[in-house]
Amino acid sequence: MVTQITSFGRSGLYDWMMQRISALVLSLYTLFILGYLVFNPDLTYDQWSGLFETTWVRIFSLLTLLSIGVHSWIGLWSVSTDYIKATGVRFFFQSVCGLVMFVYVAWGIQVLWGL
Amino acid sequence: MLVSIYRYNPEVDDAPYMKDYQIDLPAGKDLMVLDVLQLLKEQDSSISYRRSCREGVCGSDGMNMNGKNGLACITPVSAAAKDDKLILRPLPGLPVVRDLVVDMGQFYKQYEKIRPYLINESPAPAIERLQSPEEREKLDGLYECILCACCSTACPSFWWNPDKFVGPSGLLQAYRFLIDSRDTATQERLSDLDDPFSVFRCHGIMNCVNVCPKGLNPTKAIGNIRTMLLQRAT
Repeated sequence: MVTQITSFGRSGLYDWMMQRISALVLSLYTLFILGYLVFNPDLTYDQWSGLFETTWVRIFSLLTLLSIGVHSWIGLWSVSTDYIKATGVRFFFQSVCGLVMFVYVAWGIQVLWGL
Repeated sequence: MLVSIYRYNPEVDDAPYMKDYQIDLPAGKDLMVLDVLQLLKEQDSSISYRRSCREGVCGSDGMNMNGKNGLACITPVSAAAKDDKLILRPLPGLPVVRDLVVDMGQFYKQYEKIRPYLINESPAPAIERLQSPEEREKLDGLYECILCACCSTACPSFWWNPDKFVGPSGLLQAYRFLIDSRDTATQERLSDLDDPFSVFRCHGIMNCVNVCPKGLNPTKAIGNIRTMLLQRAT
């Protein structure tokens, strides 16, 4: 068995499952937002901010945000282990990706609950 | 017909190059690519390639013909050549020993890793380990693999991580033993595959299915391994 410490869940099966579950969440959220925009063509600011004030939309959005983090981490980790052969460069790339994803998640929480 | 062949002799050449040959093929006959190579041997005896059974059984003459991997002995020139030009290269992704001969070491190493033999700790019966026709049927589409390496060397995941990703051929064989009713090492076999590389580096692009000269489906076998891993873990 190939060992590694930088993959998301350290198990191929776990990463694979999380990649698919997060993809499902991202698709559902995309459909939800697109659907909302299509069915509310004359959208006002109050309506839009009201939508994000409801708790379930915030939870759904947070779930989506976390899914983006997980999905992109697994995906970019795969890309980096495919194409970046120098260990130092690969580890640096993975660290930058991890940091950016963490920033997005923390920042996203601030945006969602700071409205 | 114009035949362009990848030439490289590491003892003489600094770098590989493509060499063109003109050849008159007998009219009214659709030769196999291997036959063309045999005819070219008369023009230039230094062209190197592997061949043995010349009927698609031994898997020795896997090569890249006009961009697609296949066995030269069972690929008609009419199917491989484009615009009356035949381009022959070694299987991609493996080190070239000479001309169309590649070093299959890495490929065999992955094959060895999946333990391609029946493991059964129970005492052997007097005659044989019996299998019902239904159990035997599960091996169809798996046991036929001749290890020609056409699939694994068509797979980008194998190109980038040949030391970690088992590759379509090895995984087809892995499933052949996972699903065998006589094998008792299923759990150990699955545990050996549950990392991010061995199985899960397959992204299902199906290049393997597209090139397999025996018409097998490694992608389906890989999907079945994933299902077995998932069923075991949930």
